Amino acid sequence: MEFAELIKTPRADNVVLHRPFEPAVEGTLCLTGHHLIFSSRRQDNAEELWLLHSNIDSIEKRFVGSLGTIVIKCKDLRIIQLDIPGMEECLNIASSIEALSTLDSVTLMYPFFYRPMFEIVEDGWSAFLPEKEFEFLNALTDEWRLTYINKDFSICPSYPPVVTVPKSIDDETLQKVAVFRHGGRFPVLSYYHKKNGMVMMRTSQPLTGTNGKRCKDDEKLINSTLGPGRRGYIIDTRSLSAAQQARAKGGGFGVEVYYPQWRRIHKSVERFNILQESLIKLVEACNDQSHNMDRWLSKLEASNWLTHVKEILTAGCLAAQCIDREDASVLVHGTEGTDSTLQITSLAQIILDPDCRTIRGFESLIVREWLQAGHPFQQRCAQSAYSNSKQKWEAPVFLLFLDCVWQMLHQFPCSFEFNEHFLVTLFEHAYASQFGTFLGNNENERSKLKLPQKTMSLWSWVNQPEELKNFKNPLFEANSLVIWPSVAPQSLQLWEGVFLRWNRPSKFLDEAQEEMRKIISDNRVLQEKVNYLRRKVAHMETNDEMQEDL
Amino acid sequence: MSLKQVEHVKLLDRFSTSNKSLTGTLYLTATHLLFIDANQRETWILHHHIAAVEKLPLTTSGCPLVIQCKNFRVVHFVVPRERDCHDIYNSLLQLSRTAKYEELYAFSYNPKQNESEQAKGWQLIDLAEEYKRMGVPNDYWQLSDANRDYKICETYPRELYVPRTASKPIIVGSSKFRSKGRFPVLSYYHKDKKAAICRCSQPLSGFSARCLEDEHMLQAISKANPSNRYMYVMDTRPKLNAMANRAAGKGYENEDNYSNIRFQFVGIENIHVMRSSLQKLLEVSGTKGLSVNDFLSGLENSGWLRHIKAVLDAAVFLVKAIAVESASVLVHCSDGWDRTSQVCSLGALLLDSYYRTIKGFMVLIEKDWISFGHKFSDRCCQLDGDPKEISPVFTQFLESVWNLTEQFPQAFEYNEAFLLQIHEHVHSCQFGNFLGNCQKEREELKLKEKTYSLWPFLLDEQKKYQNPLYNPSFSPNLTLLEPNTVSFNFKFWRNMYHQFDRSMHPRQSVYDLIMDMSEQNKQLEEDIKQLEAKIKRKSGQSDVVLLKEHQQSAHPAPVMLKTPPCFKKDQPLIPLNDAVRTIEGSNTADNRYSEFMEELSKAEPAIVSLEYGVARMTC
Repeated sequence: MEFAELIKTPRADNVVLHRPFEPAVEGTLCLTGHHLIFSSRRQDNAEELWLLHSNIDSIEKRFVGSLGTIVIKCKDLRIIQLDIPGMEECLNIASSIEALSTLDSVTLMYPFFYRPMFEIVEDGWSAFLPEKEFEFLNALTDEWRLTYINKDFSICPSYPPVVTVPKSIDDETLQKVAVFRHGGRFPVLSYYHKKNGMVMMRTSQPLTGTNGKRCKDDEKLINSTLGPGRRGYIIDTRSLSAAQQARAKGGGFGVEVYYPQWRRIHKSVERFNILQESLIKLVEACNDQSHNMDRWLSKLEASNWLTHVKEILTAGCLAAQCIDREDASVLVHGTEGTDSTLQITSLAQIILDPDCRTIRGFESLIVREWLQAGHPFQQRCAQSAYSNSKQKWEAPVFLLFLDCVWQMLHQFPCSFEFNEHFLVTLFEHAYASQFGTFLGNNENERSKLKLPQKTMSLWSWVNQPEELKNFKNPLFEANSLVIWPSVAPQSLQLWEGVFLRWNRPSKFLDEAQEEMRKIISDNRVLQEKVNYLRRKVAHMETNDEMQEDL
Repeated sequence: MSLKQVEHVKLLDRFSTSNKSLTGTLYLTATHLLFIDANQRETWILHHHIAAVEKLPLTTSGCPLVIQCKNFRVVHFVVPRERDCHDIYNSLLQLSRTAKYEELYAFSYNPKQNESEQAKGWQLIDLAEEYKRMGVPNDYWQLSDANRDYKICETYPRELYVPRTASKPIIVGSSKFRSKGRFPVLSYYHKDKKAAICRCSQPLSGFSARCLEDEHMLQAISKANPSNRYMYVMDTRPKLNAMANRAAGKGYENEDNYSNIRFQFVGIENIHVMRSSLQKLLEVSGTKGLSVNDFLSGLENSGWLRHIKAVLDAAVFLVKAIAVESASVLVHCSDGWDRTSQVCSLGALLLDSYYRTIKGFMVLIEKDWISFGHKFSDRCCQLDGDPKEISPVFTQFLESVWNLTEQFPQAFEYNEAFLLQIHEHVHSCQFGNFLGNCQKEREELKLKEKTYSLWPFLLDEQKKYQNPLYNPSFSPNLTLLEPNTVSFNFKFWRNMYHQFDRSMHPRQSVYDLIMDMSEQNKQLEEDIKQLEAKIKRKSGQSDVVLLKEHQQSAHPAPVMLKTPPCFKKDQPLIPLNDAVRTIEGSNTADNRYSEFMEELSKAEPAIVSLEYGVARMTC
């Protein structure tokens, strides 16, 4: 298929662009296969807007006489409006945008066409290999091994080819366990806590069904990870009743008799369309400037977004607490083990492990716990808050995770190497990107699409020194401690950097940020200069003394 | 007072679900309640700060005593013996309710200043100077001596500025037509626009009464503005309330009777609504194990943020009239000392960058709140009086200012700590400034001889109150702030209402860190100057050194081999405040997610009954 077929009117003149808090500009609109490009005609301030078609969440068109108006709502929550003279042009452009923003073939997406203008120093596709991660683990403990049992994705289609499992469990056993777990997601290692040797594992629900089926190999695997006298907690991300209901569909939960050293905790975290609706309601509330105070607060409440943030953060804290404070190991699962499970395992690691609070460590966490662990990004992030498709598989699971990380960053502003901009950038790229990193739903799909060969990794771009500096938190001072965030409603805040980003002028806040950065960098420069001058004076005085000695 | 000291008292954490507590000794002094825990940490509570004391039913561990303070601290003690608890309870009731001004802390507080220092302190803020700064008196406005002896209005200051054309009979006539005699006077004069903010109380118009002098008075105000002959009259009350007042012979201006006025209601609720609103807010924020939705719906039901928005919206309306239309504005409510003070002072703060400096803010409070008779004593319940007179009107003003500092982080010289400290002292009765209800009362109390002024003390420690991001050129003289009052800009002021609940705060404060760095930068610049001067002096002494230095600069390492002698002489770098990066209260037990573990612990106490120490570190 040629993109040209979809582009009926490639160019329109005298188009007026409206953006919030900026004066309207007149210019020319161009459509290409992947971008909507608007360039202003004015000499004084020629500006261009490049918008990825894949960033467009929904479009609306309306007409007043022959003047058409297209309202474009983006996945990054921005809303722009284009006034296009001529009904036909406008209709053509609208239908082209609609077609180009909803291409169903992944291989037609921009990452397959994007040619980077920068030199690749380190290929992001090979920057975080499981083998490399395992080396660090192996230096600490020899109770774990890498298994290649899934190298052709036949045991578990949503797992990567290589996963870490207990050394005492052979591949044959794993194969049997995989049959007993939803989607073949047998328990694998997610995190090893250096301080006390406790571990966090993740899996999916056991297929116990209504008649309480058990699997000896599953029991063997899970029990083998606890030493004698040790205890562990199974954190089920569903409520007890939801877990019980799952039995009717063949799923269920492990019965404690068969896992005697483990205690089960139900910590319910919402999923799927409930989250999607929550996002839609929240964004709706944030976009309406006319709300009076009562209406705003009740809309914010009705969206339940902050409740979800609190829920997920609390569950993450609970997992971390079991490991660090109770000296217990933890196994996390929900139904499929690809959503709420990953939110919890990754948040717990950020709380416990200072490495995950560095840029490199956070990237590695996202690769391990989200991309390789099989969070279906393509399904979940197909649409964002302006979607009206109401597909069951769309859900802002990753955005909620990022929001929780932001809450922690807000509470521990010196403990993270990255800044808010980094989190916002990850949010944007998860929904629309020139990079292939978030394409596909799991490693299996990514390898079939040959993403590492055909597209550029987001990490290759982010990790260039000149880009990296934009993502650095100037206040960062490595903090080796566990960080326990407060989950009191008074401590949780709306993530304004995402949800109010386009709804209010940010000039004064940006300038204040800039001033803050300046004070910090001045501090470094001045310290250095004082040290240098002191050395110089010291040197002169030494010389004086030498002369006196002479 | 029979009892002075009780041992083995427990101080419970207000929000902890695990009944975490500190054990220590409780002391009762003449002015404070003091708790010293086993780690020798002290908690001081001023008796005047106590808003309510409550004795809860006896429990197995003792008798619980809950103390709520006006600065929103809530402490929960458990006293082992009921008798002791009863004694403390009674003593506190007595001590926290003062009958006479002379018994307030300010009259016994002695900061070791001599008389001339004391007098100088009181002269720090000079309102005559302030009116001069605004540009009055001038061709249109003059100082009136009508109230020199408080004969016309007892609750106004002696010195009032009125239009030149307002003769004494007009003033007297107008004052008779206004509640409590509070006739229209100048609150703020905008030099550039030649427009004025004036303030008064409601007219005694009833359903049809008129007063020619009052009409002349308003006309005089509008004529005193050469830029716009129209003036706005803002009634800051909801229309319904104003109408109800007509039945009592009060009310609002009839546009037909006054020439060239535009009348406007702005709908700020009265002191009773505000009092109960704050009460509801505190109930919500004090709830243990609060869910997000209960918090948000509680916040909504309290109406608190709605009221803050209403106050700021009114100020924005006023500012637009002046800045856009160059029109003068007359502001009133009922008596003209609550809502009127809020709106006039916030309006001036938005219009004039002077009030965004530390000194300017003091002046603003002295002018629009203290001198114009905001009833601090009644509103803050300084003396045991009518509980219906209590209202957080001034707190709302501070909160509105805080909201502005959040929107304009570089526009204010002062920081949040400054606002909190002022709030603290409005209620502490430690200084004379806020005692009493009006200037006349203050003079009668001889406050300037018998008590001290707060402002010099705040100025002395102004480093603590300086905003490190403040940029004076951000808003040069008379630059207008145009705040965005869309609802989502108004946030719950955690640092006010949970000031003493450390576990809810961010565990590391960017603000404090930047403040220290900015302070350190100044010191470093100073050091650099000195070092450079030293180098210059030395290199002047001998060229040999310079030469050698050049030779060695490629290899600076040997220099460090010998301990540099100058290091001993030099001032050490100011250490960054360790506390800033201390992760205080970062402890699972402080947070709510431990609940699950507690549930489990009932079955197996061995796992959970650990009491974790507070993780402290300096990063």
